[in-house]
Amino acid sequence: MVDIELKVLLGEDISLEELSNLARYVLPKEVYDEIKEKVIDNDRLTDRSKIRIIKEAIRDHLKSQVQPGEPVGVVGAQSLGEPGTQMTLRTFHYAGVVEFDVTLGLPRLIEIVDARREPSTPIMRIPLIDKYKNDIEKAREIARKLEYTTIGNIKDTITWEPGIPKITIVLDKNLMEDKGVTLEKVIAALKKAKLGEIEVESEDPPTITIWLSEKVISPEELANPIAFQTIENKIEKIYLKGIKGIRRAIIQKQGDEYVIITDGTNLAEVLKVKGVDYRRVRSNNIHEVAEVLGIEAARNTIIEEIMGVLSESGLDVDIRHVMLLADLMTHTGKVRQIGRLGIAGQKPSVLARAAFEVTAKNLYDAAVRGEEERFLGVTETIIAGLIPRVGTGLVLLTSPAAPEREGHEEVSKASEEQPQEAGGE
Amino acid sequence: MVVYVGEDREDYILDKIVMKVLSPSEINKMARVTVTRAELYESDGSPVSGGPRDPHFGAIEPGEVCPVCGNTREHCPGHFGKLDLARPVVIPYYSDHIKYMLDATCRSCGRALLPVEKAKVYREILRELRKDWYQLYETFLKEIRKEMAATIECPYCGARQFKIRYVRPVLFYEERPEGETRLTPIDIRERLERIPDEDLELLGMDPKKSRPEWMVATTLPIPPISVRPPITLETGLKSEDDLTHAIVEIVRQNSRLHNLIIQNAPETLVEDAWLALQFVVAAYIDNELPNIYHLSHRNQRPMKTLAQRLKGKEGRLRGNLSGKRVNFSARTVISPDPNISINEVGVPIEIAMILTYPMRVTPYNIEEARKYVLNGPYKWPGATFVYKKRSGKQIDLRFQKNYKQLAESLEVGDIVERHLLDGDVVLFNRQPSLHRMSILAHKVRVMPYKTFRLNPLVCPPYNADFDGDEMNLHLMRSQEARAEAEELMLVEKHIRTPRYGGPIIGGRQDYVSGAYLLTIKNRFLTEREVIDLLGAAGYKGSLPEPAILAPKKLWTGKQIVSLFLPETFNYTGKAKINSGPLRCDTFDCMHDSYVVINKGKLLMGAFDKASIGAEVPNNVLHKIALEHGDSKAREILDTMYRMFIRMLDLRGLTISLSDVDVPEEARRELAKLIDDAKKEIDEYIRLYHEGKLEPLPGRTPEETLEQKIIVRLQKLLNDAGSLVIKYMDPFNDIFVMAKTGARGSDINITQMVALLGQQVVRGKRPSRGYRDRTLAHFKPKDLSPEARGFVKGNFRYGLRPTEVFFHAAAGREGLVDTAVKTSQSGYMQRRLINAEQDAYVAFDGTVRDSYGNLIQTKYGEDGADPMATYHGKAVSVDRLLERFGEIKEG
Repeated sequence: MVDIELKVLLGEDISLEELSNLARYVLPKEVYDEIKEKVIDNDRLTDRSKIRIIKEAIRDHLKSQVQPGEPVGVVGAQSLGEPGTQMTLRTFHYAGVVEFDVTLGLPRLIEIVDARREPSTPIMRIPLIDKYKNDIEKAREIARKLEYTTIGNIKDTITWEPGIPKITIVLDKNLMEDKGVTLEKVIAALKKAKLGEIEVESEDPPTITIWLSEKVISPEELANPIAFQTIENKIEKIYLKGIKGIRRAIIQKQGDEYVIITDGTNLAEVLKVKGVDYRRVRSNNIHEVAEVLGIEAARNTIIEEIMGVLSESGLDVDIRHVMLLADLMTHTGKVRQIGRLGIAGQKPSVLARAAFEVTAKNLYDAAVRGEEERFLGVTETIIAGLIPRVGTGLVLLTSPAAPEREGHEEVSKASEEQPQEAGGE
Repeated sequence: MVVYVGEDREDYILDKIVMKVLSPSEINKMARVTVTRAELYESDGSPVSGGPRDPHFGAIEPGEVCPVCGNTREHCPGHFGKLDLARPVVIPYYSDHIKYMLDATCRSCGRALLPVEKAKVYREILRELRKDWYQLYETFLKEIRKEMAATIECPYCGARQFKIRYVRPVLFYEERPEGETRLTPIDIRERLERIPDEDLELLGMDPKKSRPEWMVATTLPIPPISVRPPITLETGLKSEDDLTHAIVEIVRQNSRLHNLIIQNAPETLVEDAWLALQFVVAAYIDNELPNIYHLSHRNQRPMKTLAQRLKGKEGRLRGNLSGKRVNFSARTVISPDPNISINEVGVPIEIAMILTYPMRVTPYNIEEARKYVLNGPYKWPGATFVYKKRSGKQIDLRFQKNYKQLAESLEVGDIVERHLLDGDVVLFNRQPSLHRMSILAHKVRVMPYKTFRLNPLVCPPYNADFDGDEMNLHLMRSQEARAEAEELMLVEKHIRTPRYGGPIIGGRQDYVSGAYLLTIKNRFLTEREVIDLLGAAGYKGSLPEPAILAPKKLWTGKQIVSLFLPETFNYTGKAKINSGPLRCDTFDCMHDSYVVINKGKLLMGAFDKASIGAEVPNNVLHKIALEHGDSKAREILDTMYRMFIRMLDLRGLTISLSDVDVPEEARRELAKLIDDAKKEIDEYIRLYHEGKLEPLPGRTPEETLEQKIIVRLQKLLNDAGSLVIKYMDPFNDIFVMAKTGARGSDINITQMVALLGQQVVRGKRPSRGYRDRTLAHFKPKDLSPEARGFVKGNFRYGLRPTEVFFHAAAGREGLVDTAVKTSQSGYMQRRLINAEQDAYVAFDGTVRDSYGNLIQTKYGEDGADPMATYHGKAVSVDRLLERFGEIKEG
């Protein structure tokens, strides 16, 4: 690295070709590609300026590298926490869709770093495969297939009278059409539920009468409205179609394609649906992503979600801070929350844990386990009055001051000794 | 651990702390006194021997000599005592572990409930895991604990196991076939004693460190008096510490139990007294435990016992160990001074005479040191103390009359405690300290009057203003700390923020409007004005060639500004004013809204927030800081920016009522706009009442109506805004401020000139207050805009009474919102910092935590420090092309 730096910085004669190869080796791929496109392959530029630009690019790259010891964790936490004060507390509509309320701003950010099991507004974005992505009919069909629909979702009224073992269900035609459910399907589902004899009274409005069998309601219970209520609830929950957890699915035009947005998530099942472009499906439920797609996907979801919340609130935070947070939350292979049940509670240091939350319990537990406090982390070292091992505190090697110049006082004895190691393993 | 600490000295530093359960024998060894009596003082006022105030607990009174170590209170460390309990008690917090132990071991033989072979394997696994996989070790322990607890028959002695019921915090019951029986601490202790050392490993205890039976106390350690010092009130009455009160209570209960036992009292009485002792001991450890009787004073206030001392924000750990109160600090109100450097802070002379720095006398500074000593402690720049190296004496100059003699006696190696001087590096801080730029290093400038003076350009990082804000100042007392602060924390090193790769320091408010007014293309300056401006900037050098020579020499503002830009600096970018009618997308721009700087000359475009503002990534200031160094950027902030506000001094920037007024014609148009909107909304409402309003998908008709009304009223507000702005004079100062980004926005102008628009409460139109209506002024169920928080009035002509209410309701919501938000985001930040603080970049470029875990293989995937980037991009190819690209000829 040092050689390259010197060669570039000292402006030693170097051919464009040689320099390009060097750049490819030193620079990140995206940067090199951009240079290749905009500089190296640009015929309008003079060679001299091409060389200059590549040299400066390499210099910028090297100059921008983080310095060892940089407390990137603290900087990241501050960069995320400081704008928190400027965030809104309210929920907003999802990118112009009036149908959904989505938790955004500070509450959502807290939810993400808490790694809650279920987001307060679970949402999926489901793009379709190339064949269908411009076909609104197909999109609608798939959306219908996804929506978890029960009889309760399409009913208009369910009526019964204590004393008569009969329940009448009137369905809402519009809702049935909206959800794409046919009368036959409803009857089939009802038959499967084995409630009794089924009769279709009329097609419009669709009305079904069920004569309840004695197995479902015993003659003694006939006078009991609660028994009927229980059966009504049961009927409402009868499954017609869709995927569990998907409460609603709507179609939205995003860019040049139709995309399905759902209220409620079920990644594992949605991925199996035909016509869905499984490569691009996303869910905002971090734990679900971790279970279905793995920890790296969860890490990326955390990053995307946080960046989304921030940009929605109009806040500018570098993605590197978010990446570090996501990596901290996931580097053990499991999604861990920020806080006493996650990262802060699993630190190896007793004092760090006790200084955060649940002080007394941590101290007593440590005594029973016979833990040792090694004073490695920041909190512990500060408590003990030591220098934390980050930043300039990372440097353990010290050397005695340079010998004082001739003619002034006594020369320090230490300067004659070899540099010594201070502290350290 | 022995370390080298500089010069030729070595010293011990804290290496590790081993946590153990305190054993009875250790308590006995530590104890210098056994407490037997609950009384504190005899009738003559002397402490009771064998009481909680026994002199053997250490010397605490002035002049008292400790009977144990012979020291006075300054040097006596205090000594522990002990209390022998009449019957053992369970220590809360340990009881959770006791429960696990009882569950996992045999009730008769004490072995861990695992078959021999399995135990052997598990032990091996545990040993391996413990080395490097602590988290896994814990999980595994939990698992085998479950397995053991589920074992019904002991694999060693065959005894049947019963379920243990545990009532937090200290009671245990065993569900035996004949009924539930309470396990007394004696029973528990016996069982724990039976657990063999080799099985302890399986239970997560280290037998080399502690034994489980120690968790049931037979002897209590009584802390030294220095831990619980009595305070003397003004009345001369002694008041004991809460801890002493709690100890008295324990001793009292213990004696009662003891007496009952030796009197051979009925077992129920003994049991009751025993339980009472158990609860008092529990309360002594934590007075907030559930299901116990809490100790309180006569006035009902609960006592602060051991756990209360440690817990929480003001507790020992967070309040005294993680954060401390410090000397050599100062706090006062801040006020602005644009004429000092951004690197400086103005310090009142009174403060400068209190904050002192221990200056070591060397051959180079001995004369200087003498001068300070001669001035004494009350004349700045003076000194307050002298430490003589030879005699080791400390001389307080306040009580020293002959400064002259003292000054002459100074020798190399002495230390002079001198006043704060110009150029000293200090730390300056404003709370809340949300990011690292909340504490920066400044160089001192001692000044008259009583406030800290701060360059207004440094307001953004501190988020400070001058409406009464106070700030703190800290003087560092070691050369290392000063050097480090100057190198790492100086204001100019934080012009760029690591949060997003942009400048956080930069122009705001007057700087922005001033910059605009100075650099617009119709600004021509006379020689006098140019000299005045350049004088304000402290420019040294000759005047450039005037842009206009005759009839009068005139300079453009752009010319003057160009004197300060680096000669090689190229820049193109849009100005903030580049929008609406002033929009330009290329440098072919007539509106002065496209900024072009070539070779350090501002050729076109006016400076405004987009070019010189704070918190605008990739602007002129940011690029200068990145490409020409922070110190060049500081120089520009200290010179060029000063001209911007000087420009306002020359021209004046002020507003009047006429600035927020528009011609009659505009008012008429506005009225028509409002009327049109009203008509449309009335139509919506009519449709709604007739049930003909087509609902939006997934919404009720009510929601649809609300939605439509809000959208329409928002459109009205926007239309009204563009209407009035059209009629405004381009050099109306309010308009200039909004346009350049100095202060205010189009919405603010609209609200002053045209109308306030819809007031929103909880994201909706106000709808509550009275039954079916918002205010008594309206008819019930009135859905019209006026009745639901639409404000037609403006700040120029005033609001109607009903409008004031709606406006106030929306304003209140904002206040509540802020209050809630600060506490929530504060806690989130605390947790984030706690979780992330150990991550740092190691020498190999990886990110690790202090415990050696690898978190990232390369920071941020490209290893770039966001602070050193162009808004996140470490290498900006476009910028490089702009700077160095040369087009081939032809």
